[in-house]
Amino acid sequence: MKMLSIRINDIPLQVPEGTTILDAAKAVNVKIPTLCHMNLKDFGIVNQSASCRVCVVEVEGRAPLAPACSELCTDGMVIRTDNLRAISARRTAVELLLSNHPFDCLLCPKNLECELQALAQELGIREIRYAGEKMDHPKDTSSYALVKDPNKCVMCRRCETMCNTVQTCGILSAVNRGFNVFVGPAFNLDMVDTSCTFCGQCVAVCPTAALTEVNNTDKVWDHLADPKKHVVVQVAPAVRVAIGEEFGMDPGTITTGKLVSALRALHFDAIFDTDFGADLTIMEEASELIHRIQNGGVLPMLTSCCPAWVKFFEHQFPDMLDIPSTCKSPQIMLGAIIKTYYAEKMGLKPEDIVVVSVMPCLAKKAEAARPELTKDDNNNVDIVITTRELALMLKEAGVNFAGLPESQFDHLLGESTGASVIFGTTGGVIEAAVRTAYDWITGETLEKVDFQQLRGLEGIRSATVKVGDMNLRIGIAHGLGNARKLLEDIRDGISQFDAIEIMACPGGCIGGGGQPYHHGDMDIIKKRQAAIYQEDRGKVLRKSHDNPYIKQLYDEYLGKPNSHKAHELLHTHYIPKEKI
Amino acid sequence: MTTQRTHIMVCGGTGCVSADSLEIVEKFKGALSDAGYSDEVGVIKTGCFGFCGQGPIVKIHPDNVFYVKVSPDDVAEIVGEHIIKGRTVQRLLYQEPETQKKLPKHDEMSFYKKQYRIALRNCGLINPEDINEYIAFNGYEALGKALTEYTPDKVIEIMKASGLRGRGGGGFSTGLKWELTRKTVSDQKYVICNADEGDPGAFMDRSILEGDPHSVLEAMALAGYAIGAQEGIIYIRAEYPLAIKRLEVAIAQAREYGLLGKQIFETNFSFDIKIKLGAGAFVCGEETALIHSVEGNRGEPTKKPPYPAVEGYNRKPTVVNNVETLANVAPIILKGAEWFSSIGTEKSKGTKVFALAGKVNNVGLVEVPMGTTLREIIYDIGGGIIGGKKFKAVQTGGPSGGVITTLDLDTPIDYESLRAIGSMMGSGGMIVMDEDDCMVNIAKFYLEFTQDESCGKCTPCRLGTKRMFEILDKITKGEGTMDDITKLRTLGKTVKESALCGLGQTAPNPILSTLEYFYDEYLAHIQDKRCPAGACKALAKYKIIEEKCIGCTACARVCPVSCISGAPKQKHVIDEEKCIACGACYTACKFQAVLRP
Repeated sequence: MKMLSIRINDIPLQVPEGTTILDAAKAVNVKIPTLCHMNLKDFGIVNQSASCRVCVVEVEGRAPLAPACSELCTDGMVIRTDNLRAISARRTAVELLLSNHPFDCLLCPKNLECELQALAQELGIREIRYAGEKMDHPKDTSSYALVKDPNKCVMCRRCETMCNTVQTCGILSAVNRGFNVFVGPAFNLDMVDTSCTFCGQCVAVCPTAALTEVNNTDKVWDHLADPKKHVVVQVAPAVRVAIGEEFGMDPGTITTGKLVSALRALHFDAIFDTDFGADLTIMEEASELIHRIQNGGVLPMLTSCCPAWVKFFEHQFPDMLDIPSTCKSPQIMLGAIIKTYYAEKMGLKPEDIVVVSVMPCLAKKAEAARPELTKDDNNNVDIVITTRELALMLKEAGVNFAGLPESQFDHLLGESTGASVIFGTTGGVIEAAVRTAYDWITGETLEKVDFQQLRGLEGIRSATVKVGDMNLRIGIAHGLGNARKLLEDIRDGISQFDAIEIMACPGGCIGGGGQPYHHGDMDIIKKRQAAIYQEDRGKVLRKSHDNPYIKQLYDEYLGKPNSHKAHELLHTHYIPKEKI
Repeated sequence: MTTQRTHIMVCGGTGCVSADSLEIVEKFKGALSDAGYSDEVGVIKTGCFGFCGQGPIVKIHPDNVFYVKVSPDDVAEIVGEHIIKGRTVQRLLYQEPETQKKLPKHDEMSFYKKQYRIALRNCGLINPEDINEYIAFNGYEALGKALTEYTPDKVIEIMKASGLRGRGGGGFSTGLKWELTRKTVSDQKYVICNADEGDPGAFMDRSILEGDPHSVLEAMALAGYAIGAQEGIIYIRAEYPLAIKRLEVAIAQAREYGLLGKQIFETNFSFDIKIKLGAGAFVCGEETALIHSVEGNRGEPTKKPPYPAVEGYNRKPTVVNNVETLANVAPIILKGAEWFSSIGTEKSKGTKVFALAGKVNNVGLVEVPMGTTLREIIYDIGGGIIGGKKFKAVQTGGPSGGVITTLDLDTPIDYESLRAIGSMMGSGGMIVMDEDDCMVNIAKFYLEFTQDESCGKCTPCRLGTKRMFEILDKITKGEGTMDDITKLRTLGKTVKESALCGLGQTAPNPILSTLEYFYDEYLAHIQDKRCPAGACKALAKYKIIEEKCIGCTACARVCPVSCISGAPKQKHVIDEEKCIACGACYTACKFQAVLRP
């Protein structure tokens, strides 16, 4: 590779061709502030709109200043990041942004998580010289999942990169122009009226509070305070490897036991594990897959745990709704079992039970409100909060999370296997399904349950797993843009797979839109993934069908997987939707 | 052309069309037919003659008689007198403002005398909807010559040697642009004509497209041949319906004649052109924004590099040339680089078309050799300031340019010298201002335009132009402080240095240049709460000078808000609280007793 000689603030250095000024500066410990810039390196996701101008630097011999985030070094380039000209331009850019920003930091959902706030602090801004009119657009609170507040939009366009380039949903783009510009759907439609999947990746990368989740914590508090209600909580697998970050713990710390103690401290009446729902999902999904394989059914079969993915294919591939598994997602399955089986066992009236889900995800909020999943009041999830919202509740309640002792989920619906834990990462659902399908198809007991070939963070992965005398061809995609590629292959009749797992978020649920903000540090996602696999390894039981309480549920209540009763409670159907 | 003895050429440019020139055409046809002259006298709807202030214009050919301000009611007289009896209609001739002499021939008029028409060569001369007329004036000869005698490299060599630079504002060497695009290896390349003319008051590209569309088509084909492209796209704002229609007619005719399409002039070169309508966003004149718009995306600029020559439309190498630039190409190929480079100054060759507007006597389109001074344009061609008022400044470069004062009136116009005095060539808008124009207000006008036209992508332009506009608005209302001047200076400098594209980078120019040349006007607004030009309504305070007032009551009678009191033959007084500063009293007073703000 060709090396270039450059100087940054009088420091001579050599950089490979293609290096940005920003990266070159990092190499010599020169920090250049940024705002719109985002580079999720291993995920191949880059936002290089060069629009905020917070990173401008001086390049000798050139009249305009250069955006360090996107300007490539050239041989002999002499750069100054530290003179008054550059500093003043950067400061002015931030001041201008602040001059059009609501000063409600104390009440803002992103208080202390806001990158604009951090930047103002970092640049030592104590006064805004350019006061004037501020944007005054209405908030979009149309959806169950996310809130869009255009008045906090700084036009970094990161959300657009996620929505359009990564997820290929094409919902978000700039609306209006000049001072009135902000990011939103075409014609400034309400989010709920678009094909938005509510994956929440826009929220995950928004530097301010222009995009946040719908906050349901008040609803949870209200129910917890109601003596007539039996409030049950369930927690998704990806939550336990991330929530510690909200309390200063290292990313990738497994906090399952503390999490249960924390929920107990909030006085939930029962604390169950969505992992149990995941084991149940495998029972149904693996059965469905085997049925399809053995009876010439439609292949490949696609997983259906991820609600953003479900909404994506309903909008984008409405002609292919026979391909995904009919299984409900683990949270909805568990909700159904809580309001039927559990209610019966406990002698509770289903209408007195409130099911709260703690999810790493925003789409789960929208999923729980889907008409076909709420038509029977005794068969659903009532409230969904995110990992971040739970952390807020715990902070509000004064729970010292990091110092909590470990404790166990409640019995009956609290036990789970390693197979269900890995639902939290890309590749995990299909690996869990393979562990069960293997035993069921071959009649043997699989000894080596770790399928390394299904793991990793490549956007699209494929592997062939030998199951008896049959080669199970498996495809995995995370990120909806990658999913689209696999779907298009299926539509074109060139797909090579029997089963495909899809998760909407990069990394899977560990990278979900409801997780603690990663602020562009993708190592955090990797550490969460490692923790998920570590938790799996630590489990005594690592196959869903080995879960004794699952067995008991079928024996006592459901009969067999894919039975009539199972179909009634655990399966769903899909509805073709318009692409808007 | 037909064998008719006389042609009545009626201007079909936008200005004249809006002053009923199409009705004039119809009336001529009717009158000629009634008189039995239809066969020997033809009526031609031409492109813009350029002398828009005197429109509608009718020129009789070959008599070379130029009638101005013709109305449909004048048609019968022109036919009866001029066509039938051969007598010039004196009252419709142009009268030179200085000499008061009536001039029948356009080339005798000072408006045309100093002009040199290359880009506008056929405007007003041919029927733009008839390809034969273009061909009759050497049309498509350059393309034929290039395709059969020159290699693409030779064409580029000629273009480079000619010294032609982009007329859209940037001033980049056209030949070099073509060469860079040619050198980029790709299976597909494109030629885009930038017809997104957006400067307020500028209409040269529109006039070329309306008056001589084939000159642009021919040049695009030449560019395609030079760079190795087979597809051309004209990006034109939908607000130019006449230009679009004439382009459509021209493209259809050129295809019919085999001058567009497959194997042009029986060579292996194939080239076709399509039209893409823009929604009229100013920023889409910036080439990367334009390309995104052509692609169907939001018209927003992206950082350069990569330049379009490397990665443009559909991520393929693309040449983007402005209309006026292209209109120069065919003559260069035909007459040679040496001819072209003999016109103009050392670094700026050829001519430039300006839309001369504002407080000059002769408003219109003028094409002058580079190096002509502003004084020549304003006083010789433009006929000086209306009503003999005092010249204050001339604004060039539209919203991206600055003001030029008396001090620099003798500056020869070229890219470098205009930049050196704080303005720029831009696309050729030239607005002349007199003593009644307030420079703070002018700066505010341009900032209102740019902040509205900003795409909103980058912070300095989105918010910087907005804040600068707000400050100027404050100053024109008499609410400014000295601190606002500092803010305008620092903000202006930062926006200029850190905005993403040319729109933002040049948006502060009207402020910075008025601050430099008319600082005293800013001070008057801020410190004395006074607008010296009397243009800022909020600051306009009219007063009656006691010593001069004789109590004639003329002012009180015309005051629309009845804020002037005083008995007849007594001194009158204006109630400043009620005064709306309309200036009616000032005009009505015959004794100069009303003091204008």
